[in-house]
Amino acid sequence: MNKTYSFQHNTSIFRKGIKDGIPIGLGYLAVSFSLGIAAKNAGLTPFQAFLSSALCNASAGEYAGFTLIAASAAFLEVALVTLIANARYLLMSCAMSQRIDPDMPFFHRIFLGFYITDELFGIAIARPGYLNPYYTYGAVLIAAPCWAFGTALGAIAGNLLPLRLVSAFSVALYGMFLAVFIPPARKSKVVCGLIVVCFFASYCAAYLPVLSGLSEGIRTILLTVLISAGAAILFPRNTTEEEQTNE
Amino acid sequence: MNKSYVYILIMAGVSFLIRALPLTLFQKQIKSRFLQSFLYYVPYVTLAVMTFPAILHATQSPVSGALALFAGILAAWFGADLFKTAVVCCGVVFLVEWFL
Repeated sequence: MNKTYSFQHNTSIFRKGIKDGIPIGLGYLAVSFSLGIAAKNAGLTPFQAFLSSALCNASAGEYAGFTLIAASAAFLEVALVTLIANARYLLMSCAMSQRIDPDMPFFHRIFLGFYITDELFGIAIARPGYLNPYYTYGAVLIAAPCWAFGTALGAIAGNLLPLRLVSAFSVALYGMFLAVFIPPARKSKVVCGLIVVCFFASYCAAYLPVLSGLSEGIRTILLTVLISAGAAILFPRNTTEEEQTNE
Repeated sequence: MNKSYVYILIMAGVSFLIRALPLTLFQKQIKSRFLQSFLYYVPYVTLAVMTFPAILHATQSPVSGALALFAGILAAWFGADLFKTAVVCCGVVFLVEWFL
């Protein structure tokens, strides 16, 4: 039906996705390896660890879940904690919904939703114009198996990777975050100032009493909502401006 | 059935719904200028909040994390893409911790 959304028309963007998925996959390997250790401690088998990561695609959410499984928590509690730890994906999903071509076939929305992670969202949103699902699929092709198998490996092998390598790998994710929000900060003074505010507020929240007692997931949600709402009130965007920064 | 599988299915179900519902329900463009601006800022704010100070604790020493942050900002500022910025950050940590 819709030729622009057939795979044949999107092979080059798919390959671009694969390329950008490689650093994500490397970062995922390191992070999911340690997640696998947590899964093993919760009494899960390597296959169950693999299944969790293949289905959930969430670092903080899975980690929180494994901790509760280890404590034999109630099902409802697991559901609630998963909801809170992953609440930022709700915001990301809302943000993505505004960047979808109205002509895009509906089923792509389901798959795009299934694979919203911090990193895959970050690279998708950093591209200009409407989201292209094939870009995300390319990245998923590399990143998702790394995540799932890394978790299984962690559950099997525990601490086999040298600490030095784990340490170096673990900043790959943050490097990718930087590559997403630094370029717009260079283009827009508002975004630049916003990033400084975010760093400062996030630093304070991590160490101030009361706030530092909250989980990292809840702090992220609170800060995201407060700072974004403040910015939207003080610096509302107009459409022409948006077109410029999206290019 | 093993109780672990029930746990996993609950986690998977909640994780999926929370991500897929907004994408599938909001099929129209949002008109409100406030909401549009809010959703425009959300991704950058979330990622910035998650990056700092977390990057300082991701490495074996806060010093290597801080240097990786600094190098990553410079690299991204001067046009490095995702892969290059990530490699720069990893490389800095690896080198710095070699000497620490």
